[in-house]
Amino acid sequence: MAASKPAGKSSAVKTSKRSKKSAPVMTPEEELSAYREMLMIRRFEEKAGQLYGMGLIGGFCHLYIGQEAVVIGMQMALEEGDQLVTSYRDHGHMLAAGMDPKEIMAELAGKQGGSSRGKGGSMHMFSPEKGFYGGHGIVGAQVPLGAGLAFANQYRGNDRVSVTYFGEGAANQGQVYETFNMAALWNLPVIFVIENNRYAMGTSVTRAAAGAEELFNRGSAYGIQGEQVNGMNVREVREAGARAAALCRAGKGPYILEMRTYRYRGHSMSDPAKYRTREEVQKMRSESDPIDQAREWLLGSGYATEDSLKQIDKEIRGIVNEAAEFAQIDREPDSSELYTDIYVEETAHAG
Amino acid sequence: MPVEVLMPALSPTMETGKLAKWMVKEGDSIAAGDVIAEIETDKATMEVETVDDGVVGRILIDAGAEDVPVGTPIALVLSEGESADDLAAECAKPAPAPPAKPAEEAGDKADKKDKAPKAAARTPAPAAMSAVKDPDIPSGTEMTDMTVREALRDAMAEEMRRDGDVFVMGEEVAEYQGAYKVTQGLLEEFGARRVIDTPITEHGFTGLGVGAAFAGLKPIVEFMTFNFAMQAIDQIINSAAKTHYMSGGLVNCPIVFRGANGAAARVAAQHSQNFASWYAHVPGLKVVAPYSAADAKGLLKAAIRDPNPVIFLESEILYGHSFDVPRLDDYVVPIGKAKILREGTDVTLAGYSYAVVYMLEAAELLAEQGISAEVIDLRSLRPLDVETIVASVKKTNRLVAVEESWPVCGIGAELAALMMEHAFDHLDAPVMRVTGRDVPMPYAANLEKLALPSAADVVEAAKAVCYR
Repeated sequence: MAASKPAGKSSAVKTSKRSKKSAPVMTPEEELSAYREMLMIRRFEEKAGQLYGMGLIGGFCHLYIGQEAVVIGMQMALEEGDQLVTSYRDHGHMLAAGMDPKEIMAELAGKQGGSSRGKGGSMHMFSPEKGFYGGHGIVGAQVPLGAGLAFANQYRGNDRVSVTYFGEGAANQGQVYETFNMAALWNLPVIFVIENNRYAMGTSVTRAAAGAEELFNRGSAYGIQGEQVNGMNVREVREAGARAAALCRAGKGPYILEMRTYRYRGHSMSDPAKYRTREEVQKMRSESDPIDQAREWLLGSGYATEDSLKQIDKEIRGIVNEAAEFAQIDREPDSSELYTDIYVEETAHAG
Repeated sequence: MPVEVLMPALSPTMETGKLAKWMVKEGDSIAAGDVIAEIETDKATMEVETVDDGVVGRILIDAGAEDVPVGTPIALVLSEGESADDLAAECAKPAPAPPAKPAEEAGDKADKKDKAPKAAARTPAPAAMSAVKDPDIPSGTEMTDMTVREALRDAMAEEMRRDGDVFVMGEEVAEYQGAYKVTQGLLEEFGARRVIDTPITEHGFTGLGVGAAFAGLKPIVEFMTFNFAMQAIDQIINSAAKTHYMSGGLVNCPIVFRGANGAAARVAAQHSQNFASWYAHVPGLKVVAPYSAADAKGLLKAAIRDPNPVIFLESEILYGHSFDVPRLDDYVVPIGKAKILREGTDVTLAGYSYAVVYMLEAAELLAEQGISAEVIDLRSLRPLDVETIVASVKKTNRLVAVEESWPVCGIGAELAALMMEHAFDHLDAPVMRVTGRDVPMPYAANLEKLALPSAADVVEAAKAVCYR
């Protein structure tokens, strides 16, 4: 299963023209913050999986476990006012954007205190305040939407950047290429982040994508530059993200970042995962885990001790447990919510 | 014998045009492919090329002539070996009449079956129905004669002047001035930043427009026709219509999707579909389909200001037709209100867009037969003005729903269901539907005519519900 190696572990993997520089500079505070936020996603998702198993979360629930470095690294490269939009595997993005874990967990449980007041669920949450524009359930649909956010930034003449996340499965959708064309034609300040976790539901990237090893090249016909990034390493993600954001801010967008990453869990909670071996998953977990990598670096460099990391873990468990508790005790939305938010300024009902 | 050069049609719906300029004069030698004249409609300008070699014998229609019917001989070309004498002989013959306008004689069913009229015959009778006072317009308001096309353009221009967040995007909207010339002049006034030509990628640019609307801009997305919007319908429904609800009210989508919808003329099945009921089915969308120029203007202004996604369905056939439009600084027609175009007591006719033409013609014919029909232009399909329709049915006790769309699950079906729910005890007859036939639109002129409803169909249905 050579194809499933992450970029950072394989010297054979082709990267873009840009050579990898030496380890990017991150302050000790940033290192710790990255560790903390990745762990937050990990623990949150583990709890969500648990609540799903208990029947407290319904429907689809797509966990982000394994991919934490991608969204945390990218978020560290952004500035206040930048926007992000993603698919249905969105819990990590919402946490990274700074949304309250309680309102996310309550939304997963379909409760009144959820960020969409229980009407969106796992796949449909939004926070314009935090620059998070969803949470979209149709594979690939968020790609033109993200370009639209970038269009609005360009129209208004601000220097904000829109980060548009999609999986390697969505990277085969036609509307992605319609969007690449317009984004390149109009130099839109958008970073297309392909989260290549190697499986589109049960289909490995090599079975679904021509040129599966070079998805960062998918914009080359439009003159869009791209590069492949070790998405299991938060520093490498952050460095690539900062480079891409700077180019976009300088009017040289769009840009493509192909994040080589891996999801440990199934596509959704109801995925028996027969398409890959247990060994493959185990190997990724033990050799490339983004949180373990950060942890080792922190301990090795002396920026943290076992005890201080334990303390962080405890705090995070506290936050996650509080969120889970809130999601369980919060009430379901009032039945009157059925008819709210269909229109801005409710119109007379059609019959 | 000299060859006649005929006034050409620029489009399937063109009926007349202006002979703007002659590029040749009598006595000039011409060869096939030479440009001999320029013709104009309100929509476009085109050069006329000759397909014959010879000498321009006579120019029959002077440059600058307006409203020259398609098919009228405009010049005579002398072939090799012919001379002016042949011309004299030609002119001695009775002047060729312009092609007979196929009458849409509503009462005459035989006409419908036997003739194969040009599709261009879908000419609405002049809307002389000023019998009913429009409550939206203050009395004494001065009126301007304006085409639907101009009214739509003015609505966009006025709203773009009013609000810098409003922009228009679509295929050929800028430099080409609009495939149907609806965006004519907007690029000149507002520039390329706000009048944006897109690639032919409906799915992509619709999603991009929706994303821009999420960020607070107010896009007007033009679909050249709604037939092409089927490529984009996922973004319209899943992204534009549902996000406000799914976000618990945190994100809204102030966007207008507009363009020609429904049957044009002679463009066959893939370019003739009416999507009214498709969009009217969807909570989260508003759907309007105006008939007159005044409503086109007032409703488009309302749609642009609406904080929700609005589907704005236009009729290609009506683009070139003129109506009175109030000369008001800011004429806005609220979405959700039907309009009674003609008051009556015996039967209610309710429909939208081009179907209003059939209803008005039918009402006139019914009056001759002693049946008083009330004509309601629905204007807005979601929300539907149930109150106005029910009030009318309580008066007439009969309803005929008219539309060009297919019958199954159509707006007419919805009206029938609503009357069951809201006016059952007031009905003296079953609600009847007059619709397009349940077939893909055929190309052949005679079949196309059969596939579309007519005033005659409306008369027949109205008489049936009146038991006459």
